[in-house]
Amino acid sequence: MEETRKIYSVAELNRAARYALENGIGEVWVEGEISRLTRQPSGHWYFTLKDEAAAVSCAMFKQNNTAVIFAPKDGLKVRVFGQTSLYEPRGSYQLIIRKMEEAGKGSLQEQFEKLKAKLAGEGLFDEARKKPLPLLPQKIGVVTSPTGAAIRDIINVLTRRFPNIGILLAPVTVQGEGAAEKIAAAINYLNTYNDEAEQASRLLTNEQAARSTLPIDVMIVGRGGGSIEDLWAFNEEIVARAIAASRIPVISAVGHEIDFTISDFVADVRAPTPSAAAELAVPVKAEKETQIARLAARLGGSLQNQVYVLRERIPGFRQTMIHALMNDLRQRQQKVDETSRTLATCLKNAVTFQKQRLPSLQQIMTHRLESAVAERKQTLRRLGVQLRALSPLAVLDRGYSLTQTADGEVVRDAGRLEKGDILKTRFAKGTVFSEIKKKEA
Amino acid sequence: MAEKTVDFEKSLTRLEAIVEEMESGDLSLEQMIKHFEEGSKLVTLCSGKLNEVEQKIEKLVKKGGTLTAEPFKPEE
Repeated sequence: MEETRKIYSVAELNRAARYALENGIGEVWVEGEISRLTRQPSGHWYFTLKDEAAAVSCAMFKQNNTAVIFAPKDGLKVRVFGQTSLYEPRGSYQLIIRKMEEAGKGSLQEQFEKLKAKLAGEGLFDEARKKPLPLLPQKIGVVTSPTGAAIRDIINVLTRRFPNIGILLAPVTVQGEGAAEKIAAAINYLNTYNDEAEQASRLLTNEQAARSTLPIDVMIVGRGGGSIEDLWAFNEEIVARAIAASRIPVISAVGHEIDFTISDFVADVRAPTPSAAAELAVPVKAEKETQIARLAARLGGSLQNQVYVLRERIPGFRQTMIHALMNDLRQRQQKVDETSRTLATCLKNAVTFQKQRLPSLQQIMTHRLESAVAERKQTLRRLGVQLRALSPLAVLDRGYSLTQTADGEVVRDAGRLEKGDILKTRFAKGTVFSEIKKKEA
Repeated sequence: MAEKTVDFEKSLTRLEAIVEEMESGDLSLEQMIKHFEEGSKLVTLCSGKLNEVEQKIEKLVKKGGTLTAEPFKPEE
């Protein structure tokens, strides 16, 4: 009997138990309440997960706990994912935790969608809110980790494109506990930095001094790639609100091309990577220099061209003027010709017409003359008859006589005559002169 | 705050407009000369802006409760 007995050493037993746990139960999700949490200086976390009926020891190592997006504390209900295992030196059974979520908050995806819908509802993603990026910034603010690849990439790209650009880094932790609060604070700080810079530049007259406190024209907020938990700070409401409130235009640059965070939606511009953000932030100085040089060349060229064109046109002007004058002259000449031709025709016509009219006029005139003569003859005759009827001589025919003085005055009053006066008496036929012999009263 | 950069953008846009107007050939010689003078000033202004700032890479550091900027060099 004794030969068949298998004797384990304690170590063997614990190892066997560990295998049994790791292979038999393996990785599980467990929900419970945190208690007796200790954070070691090494960065590892140790705590007990418990519910009303039981408790289990838990360990969460540094490489895993940096991705936890909230601050765990005693009494907090959490959902953890981990490996069931056994700590062999003490034979204590434990959970090696890889992920931790706040219970009752829903999955990260659910939280993401919920916040996205909420902020979209407030209009924080509206295109109308987006500020345009300056064409030529002089100082770029960067909110990121001072040690990551992101800041290196950003500085490289910025200085390559624009060698004399100003860069101000606001160093923050970009993941883990408290990261979101730090990022938000940095964004807010860069805005107040600008207010101070503005005040300073207003006070300082010294150009050099004013330049040292140049304001930030645009800021890049972001980090390099990582898991959804690593990037989570950029999905937090506090960061989204800080970006929305920023008076400095914000370029978000979180993770890789495929990673979309709430910060990307709120930012004025979303860059797929930190390097891309740097490219969006500043123009290539050399390109701008070329552009300005080209414009300067075109500026001078067009003036020169204009002068050249005008100079070329001077002989042309003369030609045109001569042409115009000649043309005018020809037209006038033509008009004169035409007029004189018309005039000649008119004259000829008039003469012909008058010639034709001449004989008939003669006839008319002769006729008129004849009838005028006949008319006058008749009038004359009529007048003669009338004249004879009125003549005193006609009375004489009827036996009257006419007495006149020697002077020819007709005598009507014998009183005016004297004895001895000579009287002239006209009869119907003949005249006698007689002397007054006696006068009776 | 953005005045300086707005200047550059406005100047560059104006410069482009001036050049295009001059090239259209619709201007009198007198207008051309005026445009040229304005354009030349803008060229000087714009290229001046590009070289106005000296490079400076700084990092904010907390010193005695207040944040100050000091030179920064990223680790390799």
